[in-house]
Amino acid sequence: MGDWLSQAWTVARKDLLLEFRTRTAIVSALVFTALVLTVFNFGRDPTAVPTIDLAPTILWVTFTFAAMLAMNRAFQLELENDALEGLLASPLSRTSLYWGKLLANLVFVAVVEVVGLPLFVLFFDVPVAPVLGPLIAVIALATVGFVAVGTLFSALVIRTRFAELLLVVLLLPFLLPPLIGAVQVTARLLGGRPLSESAGWLRLLAAYDIAFVTLATLLFPFTVEE
Amino acid sequence: MSLARKGRLITLIGLGLLAAVYVRALAFTPVERVQGPAQKIYYLHVPAAIWAEMAMFLVGLAGIFYLFLKDARLDRFAEASAEAGTVFAAIVLTTGPIWGKPIWGTWWTWDARLTSTLFLFFLYIGYLLLRGAIADAAQRARYAAVLGICGMCLVPFIHLSVYLFRTLHPQPIILKPGPPSLPGSMLATWLFSLGVFTLLYVGFVTQRYALALLRQAPRGDHA
Amino acid sequence: MLSAEALRHAFAGGRGEGGSGGRVVALDDVTFTLDAGQTLAVFGPNGAGKTTLLKVLAGLIRPDAGRATVAGGRGAIGWIGHQSHLYGHLTVRENLLFWAALYRVPAATRARRADAVMRRLGIAEHAERAVCALSRGLAQRAAIARALIHEPRVLLLDEPFTGLDLAAAAGFRTLLAQLRGAGRVVVLATHNVDEGVELATDVAFQRRGRFVHFAPRGGRGPAQIADEYRRALGAGGG
Repeated sequence: MGDWLSQAWTVARKDLLLEFRTRTAIVSALVFTALVLTVFNFGRDPTAVPTIDLAPTILWVTFTFAAMLAMNRAFQLELENDALEGLLASPLSRTSLYWGKLLANLVFVAVVEVVGLPLFVLFFDVPVAPVLGPLIAVIALATVGFVAVGTLFSALVIRTRFAELLLVVLLLPFLLPPLIGAVQVTARLLGGRPLSESAGWLRLLAAYDIAFVTLATLLFPFTVEE
Repeated sequence: MSLARKGRLITLIGLGLLAAVYVRALAFTPVERVQGPAQKIYYLHVPAAIWAEMAMFLVGLAGIFYLFLKDARLDRFAEASAEAGTVFAAIVLTTGPIWGKPIWGTWWTWDARLTSTLFLFFLYIGYLLLRGAIADAAQRARYAAVLGICGMCLVPFIHLSVYLFRTLHPQPIILKPGPPSLPGSMLATWLFSLGVFTLLYVGFVTQRYALALLRQAPRGDHA
Repeated sequence: MLSAEALRHAFAGGRGEGGSGGRVVALDDVTFTLDAGQTLAVFGPNGAGKTTLLKVLAGLIRPDAGRATVAGGRGAIGWIGHQSHLYGHLTVRENLLFWAALYRVPAATRARRADAVMRRLGIAEHAERAVCALSRGLAQRAAIARALIHEPRVLLLDEPFTGLDLAAAAGFRTLLAQLRGAGRVVVLATHNVDEGVELATDVAFQRRGRFVHFAPRGGRGPAQIADEYRRALGAGGG
């Protein structure tokens, strides 16, 4: 039914509008990204370790932390004036609520990645042009996975004391498989190896995405029922 | 006999048998040729790792049933299993380095079992922290069930990532492949140890479950 | 149009009045039916279970036992809870358009309905202001606008007079009187007998989850009902 999708989009659009109005989270995430990339650049000794070896790890660590900044706000903004209760009293389905939040988070993280990737290329002087297409595909594949889980978990932690910290701790083990996969494939791509060599990792990423998007969609209603 | 007493009894028997495993492993099982006496930690290390993982599956399974049945007993069991699993994971993470040092000269190595157990350990810590952070019992049970189910589903992916990583980055030769290829008496010791750890799991969970019951009984649930 | 059947619900201890064995009873065998045009005022002290009752009717809580049915489902309900459910950084109009979309008001009529409801509540000139910039009274009216934008046939109001000054309260009472016509069902919960009595066609007293009184208002005035309320809840409760 197209209805749940349009309702999800209504929620996502509202989230993005709110974020655009206040801009705090996106700016923090972008500044954070630039900062981390800069620090990594100064922190290394170019003669000791070739950049290209570290680059994928640095890229992905930066993306994941910036993403976590994004995901924290997803349900936090529903606490103001208890908008969440209003949402649950409305005909909005729980699934549409989850997908709306997921979409908004994905857009948010995508913005960070779109800004971060060129910066990364610039600072680390990595040859991205020949593999740009596959690289973007891998970035998208990995991002969907951990944002799906992160969106679900952010609903679990909203009313706890150290919500942001708890989200990071909960998410950590779930980040590892997609992160490792993403780093491996990125490293191979930047190393000029054909995409077919990374077939195993790509399958892992795809399987992870399918499994956890489905699981999160199924489990989300339990996080908001009373 | 109350549940707590039963649990204690089982645990004590388990610990006693564990000592027996040790005796058998040290005195009555042949020393492995390549790895020497240090290999004997294997009898402790691997069953613990197996149960660390089994415990997570049971947490997830209990979570699934809880979401449908809403029975608080399932939640108590999940909590007990998670704590037992954490203990077993900790055992693996401590015995691993103790074993690794004499063999490879380093305390830590990214071998498949240690790495997987490390990820599992993080999962448990997160699970227990989440439980600790929610005051309302029903909400805690529900949220823990959600996390537990996700954790259970993550385990195959952990194995897959570690496997893929290792096949492309060969590590120094690890343990010989699992039990079936062990010679007779080693296999017997190993199976004995597995049985003991099963017993220990049951003992820990029973005790912890009884403890949770005790905490609830007198004046209604509290954080 | 709205019915409750043998509703039972309890929370694990710690909230409101004590129950048995650490569980607080919020709903205890509550049964009633309301038809179009009826307005039920539920009076009860804090912790009596009024909010729980409304939340069960609104579909926010699934009761331990029993069933609540509202004709038309969630889409036909206008909910006013303890908070405004508005997004502070969006304007009043943006809020209304968002909620209208969620309540499936057709896209073509959304803007018109938003304008109409804002005019009705006297906040039209504040349409483009952010909600966080509004005064308490205006924000309250915006919250009411949010609840009405989809022209719900059922109104569930939880302590709606809280925080309203005398003038605003009077205005709200007038509005409610208007809304009551046209076949709406209204359930109003409050701990203050004076607040909802004249509007009600039916009156209930709730204590520890149970309806200790449920009857049409008849000709009873506020003073009489207040008296009965005190007596009903007097012994050991209140």
